[in-house]
Amino acid sequence: MATGSETQAKGRDDAPNWASPDRALRVGEMPAGAINRNVAGRRLVGPVQGFGQLWQKTYRIRMDGVTVAPTDVIREWKANYASYWPKGNRFYAPVAGLQLGDVALINAASLGGVQLSTGVRMIYADDESFTFMNAAGHPAAGMITFSAEREPGDPVYAQVQVLIRANDPFYDALLPVYGQRAEDAMWTKTLRALAAHFGATGEVTIQRALVDRRRNWSEAKNIWQNAAIRSGLYMFAAPIRWARRLVARAR
Amino acid sequence: MTQAVGKSDMHVRRIDEATSVVEIRGEITAGSEKPLMDAYAEACGAKTRAVILDFGRLDYMNSGGIGLLVTLLVRANRQKQRLAAFGLNEHYRQIFELTRLDEAIGIFTDEGSAVAGAKA
Repeated sequence: MATGSETQAKGRDDAPNWASPDRALRVGEMPAGAINRNVAGRRLVGPVQGFGQLWQKTYRIRMDGVTVAPTDVIREWKANYASYWPKGNRFYAPVAGLQLGDVALINAASLGGVQLSTGVRMIYADDESFTFMNAAGHPAAGMITFSAEREPGDPVYAQVQVLIRANDPFYDALLPVYGQRAEDAMWTKTLRALAAHFGATGEVTIQRALVDRRRNWSEAKNIWQNAAIRSGLYMFAAPIRWARRLVARAR
Repeated sequence: MTQAVGKSDMHVRRIDEATSVVEIRGEITAGSEKPLMDAYAEACGAKTRAVILDFGRLDYMNSGGIGLLVTLLVRANRQKQRLAAFGLNEHYRQIFELTRLDEAIGIFTDEGSAVAGAKA
């Protein structure tokens, strides 16, 4: 990202850590099998653009006995991010590896057997953290930050912090019955898998803070881009597409 | 008055009873929560309708800092106050655009236009 020499002159320079703004998401070359639907051409959505209540949730694991530095934890996490995801969910980084500014695809198991297709973009990365922002249509509008740290005399802690709203009324309605539980399971399993990679076991602590209890009714229109509904419609329309192809071939 | 913790340093000025400016000096990270929220509390009076953030002396911001600005925005909205900003260099303007914070926090080129814009 472009920056003035002014920032550099004052000390720490954050310019290399931020992606450039992009009006529409661009998806690079993806591995075979990745479903690129509901992502390319869409915008990112932050906590301001979402519909539901704004939550900040912090998932944290203490990695006792781990001697590597937090920077090593983050390097590994970033490089092999997909491998720490729970079964049934797929995260596709570009073939060349996930770099700052890249868009990644998510093909996740969802309610009713629907394969949810959506995506995220890495908008921030430094030595001890990296942040994703979600594509429009993703269940959550907001940012997810992955970090590792070590206080003097303490072991390494790995952390996932989400600052999100349900993206639209559909996802908001599902949050208490499915979304919250699914999210907690997702990040708890991810952190346990990461800790296990470094030979550590530990319990994941979860802190929840309701930052804004109001709903953004002006963003209810986000439902038109709902990736779960669109993925579901696409899936259930498969027999129709198959029949059409059959008819076209017969002609 | 100045609120300083670590590398964050906030200075609050009252323009009039409805408008205050919070000068942000140094950095904004997740660790800046206390000085920023203390400065916001100091900037708020019973009749405050606009809080303007001066980013002219901002040196460093990470994604935790963006999260903090979102929280500040929520608090201001709850008080029915407008949140505006000026003094952002091109780099920080781009971060506001990237995170789409610029759709909720009015961005102005200087203090005069920010005060006028916040009152409009």
